[in-house]
Amino acid sequence: MSQIHIKQGQIIDPANNINRIGDVYIADGKVVSVTHEPAGFKPTTVIDATNKIICPGFIDLSTRLREPGQSRKATFKSEAIAAASAGVTTMCLQPDTNPVIDTPAVAELIKELAEKAHYPQIYPIAALTRKLEGTELSSMLSLKQAGCIAVGNAQQSVKNLLILRRAMEYAASHDLLVMFRPNDYWLGNNGCAHEGAVATRYGLPSIPEEAETIALAQCLELVELTGCRMHFGQLSCKRSVIKIYQAKKYGLNVSADVAIHQLHLTENDMIPFDSSYHVLPPFRTEEDKQYLREGLASGTLNSICSDHQPHDIDAKLGAFPETEPGVSALETLLPLMLKLVEQGAISLQQGIAALSENPARVLHLNSGALTLGYAADVCVFDPELTWQVNAENWKSQGINTPFWGQEFKGRVTHTLQAGKIIYSLE
Amino acid sequence: MTENIQLNSEGKLKHFLSIEGLNKTLLTEVLDIAESFIGMNDQQIKKVPLLRGKTIVNLFFENSTRTRTTFELAAKRLSADVLSMSIATSSTSKGESLLDTIRNLEAMFVDMFVVRHAISGAAHFIAQHTAPHISVINAGDGQHAHPTQAMLDMFTIRQVKQDFSNLRVAIIGDILHSRVARSQIQALNILGAAEVRVIAPKTLLPSHVESLGVNVSHDLTSGLKDIDVIIMLRLQKERMTSALLPSESEYFKCFGLTEAKLKIAKPDAIVMHPGPINRGVEIDSKVADGPQSVILKQVSNGIAIRMAIMAMAMQKQGAAG
Repeated sequence: MSQIHIKQGQIIDPANNINRIGDVYIADGKVVSVTHEPAGFKPTTVIDATNKIICPGFIDLSTRLREPGQSRKATFKSEAIAAASAGVTTMCLQPDTNPVIDTPAVAELIKELAEKAHYPQIYPIAALTRKLEGTELSSMLSLKQAGCIAVGNAQQSVKNLLILRRAMEYAASHDLLVMFRPNDYWLGNNGCAHEGAVATRYGLPSIPEEAETIALAQCLELVELTGCRMHFGQLSCKRSVIKIYQAKKYGLNVSADVAIHQLHLTENDMIPFDSSYHVLPPFRTEEDKQYLREGLASGTLNSICSDHQPHDIDAKLGAFPETEPGVSALETLLPLMLKLVEQGAISLQQGIAALSENPARVLHLNSGALTLGYAADVCVFDPELTWQVNAENWKSQGINTPFWGQEFKGRVTHTLQAGKIIYSLE
Repeated sequence: MTENIQLNSEGKLKHFLSIEGLNKTLLTEVLDIAESFIGMNDQQIKKVPLLRGKTIVNLFFENSTRTRTTFELAAKRLSADVLSMSIATSSTSKGESLLDTIRNLEAMFVDMFVVRHAISGAAHFIAQHTAPHISVINAGDGQHAHPTQAMLDMFTIRQVKQDFSNLRVAIIGDILHSRVARSQIQALNILGAAEVRVIAPKTLLPSHVESLGVNVSHDLTSGLKDIDVIIMLRLQKERMTSALLPSESEYFKCFGLTEAKLKIAKPDAIVMHPGPINRGVEIDSKVADGPQSVILKQVSNGIAIRMAIMAMAMQKQGAAG
């Protein structure tokens, strides 16, 4: 087996409380030392990490690769390359594929697609309810046995609270994590923008933050009732952060993440009717953004996800409310996290933990750290290297990003997955 | 941050999509040019050759008899060739996309699109994606803007009141769903009205409505005090079924404009309505047809305003070669 020596980089491994210049030694796909050269170590590959940062590979809690069913938007092949180039080594796939991940056959198909794309660490999230319709429970146990890491309902709401209660009880019975984006269907009212001054000015159907906070409050009550382990995804507003803070203090077994773009953009940044800003939940206010940042800094929100949603051109070509929501976000994940550090919102250790150690804990995975014996999922990046978001650099099939054309600092130079180099910058 | 796609590099009107982003000078120019066309209505030959040889297509994805008719007449009086198309939204949402429709018409050498669409932002979208020599006029998009209607209302107000600076204007009714109200509020603020007041129950007001530059009242009686111009908005029947209002009769009782309520406003206040009127729902017939009503004046002014806007947008084209 190959032996890899990553030399003289700044090792940042929050789980093991390491932050120093040093070397990482990998053999047989595993981390074998982060201190000294093991006896008899004969590296087949040496990576020079001088002036670079060595950290655990990133774990993305919410991604869409669009297969099966929507290969016109993206494929496992295209997005696995994009993910590798972004330092991402593990991805959780939302169940809103076509067909929905609500049968073991679809989960197995995804595992097969992942193998073919040479990107083994793709974990499907099973549908919480059949076809995501919120009316019948999915076969959660069979789906878990077929490799699903959690259950969730993607962008769909579960309108009926009795069904949500039963789904959570059933998931709890099989110790399944529920990953959920709280959104009250009725209050959401098929909106496409934050209910505020901007939506009012442009006459856009709007979504109040209460669509999220009321659904979140209901879920928190149901967590207490059912004993279900719940992770809230892509929170977007101030009062959601406060609610999670209070729930944790109260002792509920919950965790939460925020999508990276929500930490940077608000309703005021939207270029009128530019569909690349059409996301769900919508971009909210400056105050919400600040609370999300503080929530991340204080650990109330423990993870950052990309909420990657690549689209074909046609999906974003139309009048704003008629376009499909979502951002192609994998490749801007690291530079946008580094921007948070540069702006003083979080420390670099916190940023890396939110992309590795913390999501690993949410998923109960033995990864997200450079612990001896763990699979060597490693990201090496140059924090000073600038690059532009353009056709030459972009790997994802979806070019739907509000950051298109912008220049960023921080770029991945090497990505290793289980000790295999899956990406290196030319 | 907002690049204004409505203006060309020399600051002249290229598209007319919304009032936002236009300045007082330009809005006043629209009103002045419309003024020069108004005399034509009484002439034997109601035509000028300003747009001779130009092709204008009215693309109506949403039904409207009156707006379409006035745009058609305006185009004909400018001697343009005009084609009106009503396109049911159902046929575009399935087969042909909005962009395909536009591309096909472009291929027929069209110079201007007049667009009405049920989705906010549709006119912007077309303006952004159409060939650079084509002008787009927004004839109403979703709940966003209806700038030509707002300008004809400003024209009517100026005809009667001359100056905007001392005017207190009340807009009453369904502000939430009204593209007309949004455009009127912007125009009144740009032209320097002393106050714009919106009067409606909370269910018919958008959130953060004050951010549009208005004062808010939920009571018609107190809200009409000191008002010079009353603009009534049409109330759609479906607002009852979507639980925004309990009944038409209760709405009329609270927000319907009657002769008694009209007396609370200034004695020389004028009453406006973008039409079509729901008599006995938002306005009493006696007021709609009464001496203070300028509703029919609005309709005739609609032609002159649309002529002015079309001529201005095309002028830019001539100058650019």
